[in-house]
Amino acid sequence: MSDEEHVTTETPTPARLSTLDSLEAEGIHIIREAVGTARKPVLLFSGGKDSVVVLHLATKAFWPGKVPFELLHVDTGHNFDEVLEFRDRTVEKLGLRLQVAKVQDYIDDGRLRERPDGTRNPLQTVPLLDAIAEHKYDVVFGGARRDEEKARAKERVVSLRDEFGAWDPRNQRPELWNLYNPRHLPGQHVRVFPLSNWTELDVWRYIEAEGIELPPLYYAHEREVFQRDGMWLTPHASVRVKDTDVIETRTVRYRTVGDASCTGAVESPAASIQDVIAEVASTRITERGATRADDRLSEAAMEDRKKEGYF
Amino acid sequence: MSAAPQTTSALDEHGVPDTTRTSLLRFATAGSVDDGKSTLVGRLLHDTKSILADAYEAVERVSKERGSEEVDLALLTDGLRAEREQGITIDVAYRYFSTPRRTFILADCPGHVQYTRNTVTGASTADALVVLIDARYGVVEQTKRHLAVAALLRVPHVIIAVNKIDLLDYASGPFRSISQHVQSHAESLGLPNVICVPVSALNGDNVAERSENTPWYEGPTVLDILETVPSIDQGADAFAAAHRHGVVHPTAADAVAEEGGWRLPVQLVLRPQDAAVSEEYREYRGYAGQVAEGTIRVGDEVVVQPSGKRTTVAGIDTATGSLDEAHTGQSVSVRLADEVDIARGDMLSSAPDAAAASKTFHAHVAWLTDRPLRVRDRVLVQHGSAVVQAMVTSIDGILDISLPGGTLDSSIAKGTELQLNDIGVVSLQLAQPLAVEDYGTHRRTGAFCLLDPQDGNTLAAGTARAQVPGSGDETYISI
Ligand SMILES: Nc1nc2c(ncn2[C@@H]2O[C@H](COP(=O)(O)OP(=O)(O)OP(=O)(O)O)[C@@H](O)[C@H]2O)c(=O)[nH]1
Ligand SMILES: [Mg+2]
Repeated sequence: MSDEEHVTTETPTPARLSTLDSLEAEGIHIIREAVGTARKPVLLFSGGKDSVVVLHLATKAFWPGKVPFELLHVDTGHNFDEVLEFRDRTVEKLGLRLQVAKVQDYIDDGRLRERPDGTRNPLQTVPLLDAIAEHKYDVVFGGARRDEEKARAKERVVSLRDEFGAWDPRNQRPELWNLYNPRHLPGQHVRVFPLSNWTELDVWRYIEAEGIELPPLYYAHEREVFQRDGMWLTPHASVRVKDTDVIETRTVRYRTVGDASCTGAVESPAASIQDVIAEVASTRITERGATRADDRLSEAAMEDRKKEGYF
Repeated sequence: MSAAPQTTSALDEHGVPDTTRTSLLRFATAGSVDDGKSTLVGRLLHDTKSILADAYEAVERVSKERGSEEVDLALLTDGLRAEREQGITIDVAYRYFSTPRRTFILADCPGHVQYTRNTVTGASTADALVVLIDARYGVVEQTKRHLAVAALLRVPHVIIAVNKIDLLDYASGPFRSISQHVQSHAESLGLPNVICVPVSALNGDNVAERSENTPWYEGPTVLDILETVPSIDQGADAFAAAHRHGVVHPTAADAVAEEGGWRLPVQLVLRPQDAAVSEEYREYRGYAGQVAEGTIRVGDEVVVQPSGKRTTVAGIDTATGSLDEAHTGQSVSVRLADEVDIARGDMLSSAPDAAAASKTFHAHVAWLTDRPLRVRDRVLVQHGSAVVQAMVTSIDGILDISLPGGTLDSSIAKGTELQLNDIGVVSLQLAQPLAVEDYGTHRRTGAFCLLDPQDGNTLAAGTARAQVPGSGDETYISI
């Protein structure tokens, strides 16, 4: 083609589905497909916004029936009370069954040891894998999104895990069109991520569009906090507050909720969904960069954890 | 959930692209190793201000640690340890960004021949493929392989980014000769809309911004093209089909898109009974799936495949209410007027042009696994939500990508086995009939995978070919 003659830049036919409509339809398709082949599926449910959105998609996928699988929470023992309360209320409202795998139990009987930095997020892997083996789950839904982290950006929607729960990033199956392949051998399982193609902003837009309830932590509130490693931490029972830490009251919100010892709040006046959307859209810091100490451990911290069977 | 999306500007009151209104385009990169795919992607993200400060700082820091003066934008997508150690892309990285005009899902694919299976993965969902060519070397074997993949998958738009023109002092000559070469090669493969753009991914020339270094080029930037081409959802397939038939005006394509029937592969039968959300839905029976193509309307006559039973659409439901019609891409539950025996894996289709179920079909396959495929091999065919046992009855041809300017037809040599990364024509015999259609006219219902019956691994990507009635020509494979 010569450079004079070039592409027509006229406006194409309007799409029938918006970006958010497409993402919702894709998420429902993925959930139905995985359940259609599963013997015993389960959803990892923490009460955090991503797992709440996956659960919401599941209620839509199986309507007018109930969600046909149970939920699993790997409880670090360092959770925020209001998140646990929200988790239990949600499970109750939908009439579902919740299994809880407790990191504390493993620490109490010595199967796991507390880390020097007090962070328990990396300790979730063993209780998770044990719960998968014990309950014989073969399809494990999670709310991970590819835009969260550079190793996650590489993972398939349906991701095969070996007998040790390990992800092998150098040897992933081809994943073609929307033909997902959850087949696996006994002892293996698949992780399924219906929100793979969603961004943090998409999640919030969807929460707004669907009127989805979240734990109150996600919205601005006054809280006693102190600064560590550039993050605002709550003086939670799980956090070792030092004499030098200055505790003060600030207006903050959480962009992610996880283990209280390593999940930081951000200073924010965003008290409504609309405020949060405006804030997320204009932020210059990634979600995990702003809030997760465990990802700062090394350049490939997430990849290494996933290779060991982490979410 | 939301109003009809716009394709022009859809900013909300904060000046943020409103994804409840913008349309989505999926695109992938391709081209030989080191031709600059990841750098181009990094440049696009950078110039559309889609990189957040901490992510940029991380890349800056790692670049410095590696002794590089400049920030290596490829590190934005080359996120695995092994990728950073070797300086190559191993598997697809998905990134997300938006401009006021559109939302994008981009798949940065590897160039190395060893990872072709990952490039096929990234390209299979793409509305557009950006193929990078190093201006110093021109079209090389991997360029041809990836163009053949684009032809196999019928990616609606192919953009050729002739890269690294900074290393040739922004001269126009190399761009012109590469464009000519690649155009004729693409044409012989039957690729409809190929556009060439001279770029420097490193410096950003003609990527998101027009370059002053190329006054001899008056065409669009890579981003201009991505922002304006129709997606598959917007009739890009019909556009391409119309183009193949010599119709170049896009409105003709719209007409084609409207005429066709619809398909719904059944994922699940929803029969809640005791698990109903309320008593009134106890006896509900709906067939859940995502509309593969066309528009389903209440009252439409339906053919169920493979049984061939007929009935009509009694209702179209979603959790948030019933619909009069459902469009391509929507996930719905369809109620039918009569009790018909339907299971997961069956397909509903509009009656006037109903798909025909058959126990044999021909297809192009891209063979993506180490062990070769041989005649009489047993495989599983995954088609929609169906998985069926199958046997390879013949391997009718193998594409020889090294032949210069050959069409897929003329490049086919009769073969005995398909090796890793070969594209070939095979005939399959199924244990149960499937409504497999011609991929050229029915993208969703013409696509399938081959799986290993033993370990379940995905072996190949397949696109079904219509049999030419009465031609007796088993190797008919013009793309
Ligand atoms: N001078 C110059 N160098 C470039 C340009 N684009 C890319 N490069 C360099 O080419 C090398 C390879 O770039 P990548 O972007 O990693 O190539 P790739 O195509 O993604 O490679 P694979 O993914 O491994 O196939 C890097 O050293 C880049 O800095 C360009 O426009 N000009
Ligand atoms: Mg690369």
